[in-house]
Amino acid sequence: MENAVADIASMKFIGAGLVSLGMLGAAIGAGIIFGNAAQGVARNPSAEGQIRKIAILGAVFAEFMGLLSFVLGIMILQG
Amino acid sequence: MAGNAQHGPLDQFAVSPIIQLPNVFGIDTSITNSALFMLLGVLVTILLFVFATRRGTTIPGRMQSLAEVTYQFVHGIVEENAGRAGLKYFPFVFSLFLFVLFVNFIGMVPKSFAPTSQIIVTLGMGAFVFLCITIIALIKQGPVGFFKHFVPPGLPLWIAPIMFLIEMVSYLSRPFSLGIRLAANMMAGHTLIHVIAAFVAPLALFGILPIAFLVFMTGFEFFVAILQAYVFTMLCCMYLGEAIEEHH
Repeated sequence: MENAVADIASMKFIGAGLVSLGMLGAAIGAGIIFGNAAQGVARNPSAEGQIRKIAILGAVFAEFMGLLSFVLGIMILQG
Repeated sequence: MAGNAQHGPLDQFAVSPIIQLPNVFGIDTSITNSALFMLLGVLVTILLFVFATRRGTTIPGRMQSLAEVTYQFVHGIVEENAGRAGLKYFPFVFSLFLFVLFVNFIGMVPKSFAPTSQIIVTLGMGAFVFLCITIIALIKQGPVGFFKHFVPPGLPLWIAPIMFLIEMVSYLSRPFSLGIRLAANMMAGHTLIHVIAAFVAPLALFGILPIAFLVFMTGFEFFVAILQAYVFTMLCCMYLGEAIEEHH
């Protein structure tokens, strides 16, 4: 058990690596948002301005979830 | 790189006092680098707008149109999201937008410091906006009308308490999502640029590739700086619009 301290330090890195999987969700979310926005503009080009506004807002919300995983990773490594 | 304690990618966010000032009632009033760059942001904003509008001409020059376009942009955000009644709060929203925008921009200057990457700064702004909007809503709608917003109409009676709790949590998480979004965005960008910059020297001749990516990333970070200021302002206006609208 003399390696317990070293194990905890390495576990931190494993945990931070696992947390970065949270980016997957944000990537899927942003892909769905912009894919559907492109589809919406293709169907109704006159609504482009409104669709762009909604898409940016949605992307910001999706991005926020990904950034939360970044903050968690920082907290694991630094805290 | 993680083992290098002197130039880690997160060291750029360390707050250090520049002018030591005494504690007042247990609060450290020292001017830190964060406070200095916030003051600088305010100063740049004021100077720019005073300089741009010192001679109001009917046909605006380059500087004057910059100020006018910014003004109209924020005016449009407020009117679109908070309605005409929200224009009463336009001066505050405009100041908020300019502060976030210019502090983000100043943070992009190499060797400078981005106060908006400090969660305490952005959370402070978010909490202030949230408290003000809650007080406005309580005055405008009354306590009963305010809490009625948490239960959508036409809901079965047994689900209403659960819905109330869920809506309450989502309402109370607003200042945190406002603050953490801005801080995490700025921090992520600056950290990424630092990490990529560490690849340049070891790659020697091939270091041109990370440099090209850095140029692209810096441009993207300017876009993010504008976008985050826009989103922060727009969300504040949306919350404000919910607070001051007469009929739900």
